Amino acid sequence: MFKFIKGHLETITGIEIYPLISLLIFFTFFVALFWWVFTAKKDYINKVSNIPLDQ
Amino acid sequence: MEMQQFYYDNKIVKKFIYATLIWGIVGFSVGLLLAFMFLFPNVTDGISWLSFGRLRPLHTNAVIFAFVGNAIYAGVYYSLQRLLKARMASNFLSNFNFWGWQAIIVAAAITLPLGYTSSKEYAELEWPIDIMIALVWVAFGVNMIWTILQRRQRHLYVAIWFYLGTFVTVAVLHIFNSLALPVSFLKSYSVYAGVQDALVQWWYGHNAVAFFLTTPFLGLMYYFVPKAANRPVYSYRLSIVHFWSLIFIYIWAGPHHLLYTSLPNWAQNLGVAFSIMLLAPSWGGMINGLLTLRGAWDKVRTDPVLKFMVVAITGYGMATFEGPMLSLKNVNAIAHFSDWIIAHVHVGALAWNGFFTFGMLYWMIPRMFKTTLYSKGLANFHFWIGTLGIILYTLPMYVAGFVQASMWKQFNPDGSLTYGNFLETVNEIIPMYWMRAIGGTMFIIGAIVMLYNVVRTVKQGSGVEDELAEAAALTKISKHRRKGEGYHTWLERKPIKLTIFATIAILIGGVIQIVPTLLVKSNIPTISSVKPYTPLELEGRDLYIREGCVGCHSQMVRPFRSEVERYGEYSKAGEFVYDHPFLWGSKRTGPDLHRIGSKYSDSWHLNHFYDPQSISPGSIMPSYKWLIRSKLDKSNTVTKMEAMVSLGVPYSDEEIANAQALMDAQGKQIEENLYQDPDFAESYEADKKYAKENGQDFVEMKDREVVAIIAYIQRLGTDIKVKDEQKISKK
Repeated sequence: MFKFIKGHLETITGIEIYPLISLLIFFTFFVALFWWVFTAKKDYINKVSNIPLDQ
Repeated sequence: MEMQQFYYDNKIVKKFIYATLIWGIVGFSVGLLLAFMFLFPNVTDGISWLSFGRLRPLHTNAVIFAFVGNAIYAGVYYSLQRLLKARMASNFLSNFNFWGWQAIIVAAAITLPLGYTSSKEYAELEWPIDIMIALVWVAFGVNMIWTILQRRQRHLYVAIWFYLGTFVTVAVLHIFNSLALPVSFLKSYSVYAGVQDALVQWWYGHNAVAFFLTTPFLGLMYYFVPKAANRPVYSYRLSIVHFWSLIFIYIWAGPHHLLYTSLPNWAQNLGVAFSIMLLAPSWGGMINGLLTLRGAWDKVRTDPVLKFMVVAITGYGMATFEGPMLSLKNVNAIAHFSDWIIAHVHVGALAWNGFFTFGMLYWMIPRMFKTTLYSKGLANFHFWIGTLGIILYTLPMYVAGFVQASMWKQFNPDGSLTYGNFLETVNEIIPMYWMRAIGGTMFIIGAIVMLYNVVRTVKQGSGVEDELAEAAALTKISKHRRKGEGYHTWLERKPIKLTIFATIAILIGGVIQIVPTLLVKSNIPTISSVKPYTPLELEGRDLYIREGCVGCHSQMVRPFRSEVERYGEYSKAGEFVYDHPFLWGSKRTGPDLHRIGSKYSDSWHLNHFYDPQSISPGSIMPSYKWLIRSKLDKSNTVTKMEAMVSLGVPYSDEEIANAQALMDAQGKQIEENLYQDPDFAESYEADKKYAKENGQDFVEMKDREVVAIIAYIQRLGTDIKVKDEQKISKK
């Protein structure tokens, strides 16, 4: 019933790739995030940030 | 363009506001009772359902899920409709959310004092209630997303992203941490054991703080602070970075609750690294909130709403600076298990969640009841007594934590512990517990004054009605990015995509931490001498869980010289492989118990349960007289053992078949041991004789609860000791 949880991988070979993948995920994530943010248009930003106020 | 008329549902908001106020005062009051139990340990003597161990989870659950939970719903239901220019999609789901959540709270308030608990912090509720939580939470999410799909405002304001992130993450956390195998209607065992259970639990526990106490409130902050200050958020760009980086990083930080424990080192270090990183998004958000008040600081002097919000955001800043610091291993070595952590969480709970809720309610209530606040003076009084209460609560707890941790670690020149008796370190900080109780009292007085102020405001106002609003329907535009439309701008009008991306962001961290710990065998080295608990010990362990012993006693000796000297050999990952659930604990109000087995005699434990102060003068442990009188329920033992077998505990068929006989034999042995104490023999025989003469039923000692819990305690941590002795004898 709980084979998925109880079953074990016996080894952890190829672990060296983990930190590299992690670094890549993070680097890409934050570069993309800042890209979005800095390329956003000013009038759009103003419009959206005023949503709570114009009711 | 044609304008559409619709009504905002204010009545549902009103219900959640009332629930917030009432449960808040209940939750705080239970906390205050607990604070007084440090000073008068036997104030509820003999009443099992009012004992410290059972009330502690009631306090934490009431404050987190009842007070903060209802506040979240109140704020979300108010702001979401207005940010989307749409009424909540389904009245039925809104009401199901409200009444379902209150039913869960009532169920918790009944089951926790009765001892039905999974013992996993902030996830104590048993499996039928867990299922109810999942249903109500899904109703909340469906209602929210459905409303988003019917919106008249194309772009989703940042507050809504925080609400969506909260919904998906809490759902994921709740489901994975609550996976348990039921053995009866209100009893289950965690499917994970030991180290794995600990990792999943604190992945959940930490993110309950992150995604229940933080992200929804950040969403509320992005709506209510601009409303109260009447100006847009300081930097919308910063809020985008804040949201994505916070949810992306937060989910990784759980293992910082398990530093220096038996958790594999790589997982501990991963938790530390991400906790340090968290400082950036947390403070980004805090600064964004505070700077929204740019040019409006003069209003903070006069407006109680802004006063509460400024202290709330400042509290958030302090708690999120302290959090990463506490994650440094050298700082954690001092703070963990001590009252420092109690101070830390109360800066978050009282200032950030408490004060933000108060500010938000003071803002919403006059508007909803179309009146002004009954008394600004009383609101200011609430603000000051609450603020002083927070200070008087937290400062002494910092001092207490630091003093006690230092005493735990102090050595004499000859290498012995300066404060070998744990009680010396407790008695030193009793004055701090007094100050804490006074600070807590002040906070509650403030809340009661608020309740009065709200009642008067409601009385002078007019009844809450659904509010008429007008907006144009959205015109259909291309699903794809339009010319000149930025990627994120496009994403903000695609709520389902945004939700999916947020889910991916939180799953990456969860998967990378949890999966290897569950699957890679080398992470948890097995120890051949570690054997499953005997049936009686298993029953005793369930009593230990029922009484909430884990609230005050850890079972995790960290690899420090001071702890090895005080408690014995440090704890190994392989010792916990049959512990469903793990019971490492997070606070040492009393000493660690992992190596308590065979340290004291059985009669020492019996007398200690009966009257702790007579055995350990100055102890603040309450007595557990009902354990000594009650008969142990052995009717479920076989079912429990069979459940353990399906979770991977190697009980043989023979052991299961002979469970009753095994329990009887072990119980008899303990009864015999107790007879060695002449006082016990005399009073026990007298009781027996009295019962016989009066024709009353008499429960033999071997069948009583206390014998089972003694069996469990005497077993704790001895599997390794046995091995060491064998090694010595071989030499």
